[in-house]
Amino acid sequence: MTDYWSMLFVFVLATFIGLGVIRRVSRLLYTPLMSLTNAISAIAVVGSLVVTGADYPKTIRILGAVALFASMTNIVSGFLITNRMLKMFKKK
Amino acid sequence: MTHAIAQFAAIAATALFILALYWMNAPKTARHAVVAGVGGMAIAILATWIQPEIVHHAWILLAIAAGFLVGVPLSLVPLTAVPQRTALSHAFGGLAAGLVGTAEYYLWLGEGPEHFTTFRMSALVVEVILGFLTFTGSLMAAGKLQEVRWIPQRPVTYPGQNFVNLGVLGAAVVLGVLLVLHPTAPWATTAFPIVIGLSVLFGVLLIVPIGGADMPTVISILNAYAGLAAVAMGFVLDNKLLVTAGALDGSSGLILSIIMCRAMNRSFTNVLFGAFGTVQKAKAAGEQKEWKQESPEGAAQLLEQARLVVVIPGYGMAVAQAQHKVRELYDQLTKRGVTVKFAIHPVAGRMPGHMNVLLAEADIPYSALVEMDEINPEMPQCDVAVVIGANDVVNPAARYVKDSPIYGMPIIDADKAKTVLAIKRSKNPGFAGIDNELYVQDNTWMLFGDAKGVLGDLVKQFAGGGLH
Repeated sequence: MTDYWSMLFVFVLATFIGLGVIRRVSRLLYTPLMSLTNAISAIAVVGSLVVTGADYPKTIRILGAVALFASMTNIVSGFLITNRMLKMFKKK
Repeated sequence: MTHAIAQFAAIAATALFILALYWMNAPKTARHAVVAGVGGMAIAILATWIQPEIVHHAWILLAIAAGFLVGVPLSLVPLTAVPQRTALSHAFGGLAAGLVGTAEYYLWLGEGPEHFTTFRMSALVVEVILGFLTFTGSLMAAGKLQEVRWIPQRPVTYPGQNFVNLGVLGAAVVLGVLLVLHPTAPWATTAFPIVIGLSVLFGVLLIVPIGGADMPTVISILNAYAGLAAVAMGFVLDNKLLVTAGALDGSSGLILSIIMCRAMNRSFTNVLFGAFGTVQKAKAAGEQKEWKQESPEGAAQLLEQARLVVVIPGYGMAVAQAQHKVRELYDQLTKRGVTVKFAIHPVAGRMPGHMNVLLAEADIPYSALVEMDEINPEMPQCDVAVVIGANDVVNPAARYVKDSPIYGMPIIDADKAKTVLAIKRSKNPGFAGIDNELYVQDNTWMLFGDAKGVLGDLVKQFAGGGLH
């Protein structure tokens, strides 16, 4: 039985932390911020990993593998391009 | 034991993700953000991978390898293409959520009805609808930004459009609610793909009426959707790490959407259902003022005699890839003791922060980049405002033309500068399809042509010895 109250609790707290932290992000960095949060939300990789790797019927695992590919693409390209952009911001 | 490791990893990853976002508050610390993010992700992946129920390792390795194969080239695109790359990654995020939701549904259907609690099934339906609409919506946005030939760039509208769009979404939601109530009914296996189909369709329809000027807002909204889809996946899989990471992404998208909307003085609903810039009623043809064109020589002289020059870049600079020429001009002017500042409108370009990244790429120090609210009080002291491929964000009509689509939008007060030099590709109106009276002001001189070419000519005036 899923303890969905504690899940909702976590969701609300995480949202407030997110709002608090993101509000302080430098306006200069909104583009890298978006690619970074994008890579972070590719944490969906965890779900895809289970669906792909567990002993499930093949069709299910194929769906999982495509999802895993999509999340992994986001992780790799998201972190790499964020790093590439952040390297460019120099004070003087 | 492995369960405890997984729980601990989830906590560690969450902490690292929050730290990563915290470090984005200043360019100085921002590069730690990537390290923290990668660390959190690696911990989460490894902790999941070592769980005993994972047995098909070859499949996982294959999918991960494919992710690298596509992800690495995607991270190397030119920075002018970053908006479409971002839209594409929202599409991938949506797709992953939608597919996992679909897989879980059929899995539970095979394993037995005890899996379908109302809460889980509701989360699953939300995940699938949000995931697939984000998938196609973001693909469409990416297509429009990439200027793919068969996707119309201009907003496409037709009578009853909002009715059709809301009808499609409404049908998906109603079917979704029915599925929540009767997840294992005989018709459910037919209804489920229909929900997917409607969501896919809605994503396309949602973006069809969106124009280029609205892209920063739309990309931010899609970002929030992708995050919420991950949250829903977390609810479905009973995974708190997914919920927290998705919530961080969702709140980031939400904040950016709000900032973008405010910067255009518009509401969410207005962006999504307003079809900005399609209907441009020809203004009652009063006196048509003429452009005044300036030569590169004349423009260079104006710039050289200035004390404060404010450069206002827009999408035109990105299209022409002119940021490096901007940098050369910046060098020539600062060398001669001219103060050069860059005024950045929040919605300049096609995504939040677009101009900052391009100028940073050209090695312009970020201390020279100034936000709209800070530069506007300085504009009356500005000797020359150089508008490079920006249009709506400097259109004075936003202040007082009540029936203009951009009425009320905060603008950079280029018109208050002593002199305005405007570089413009053609004599056509900008993306919003609105005439800009700034260009026909008494103190405005136009330089027509591709921004890169025009700036190159200007720089030559300085470098070639014509001026000293």
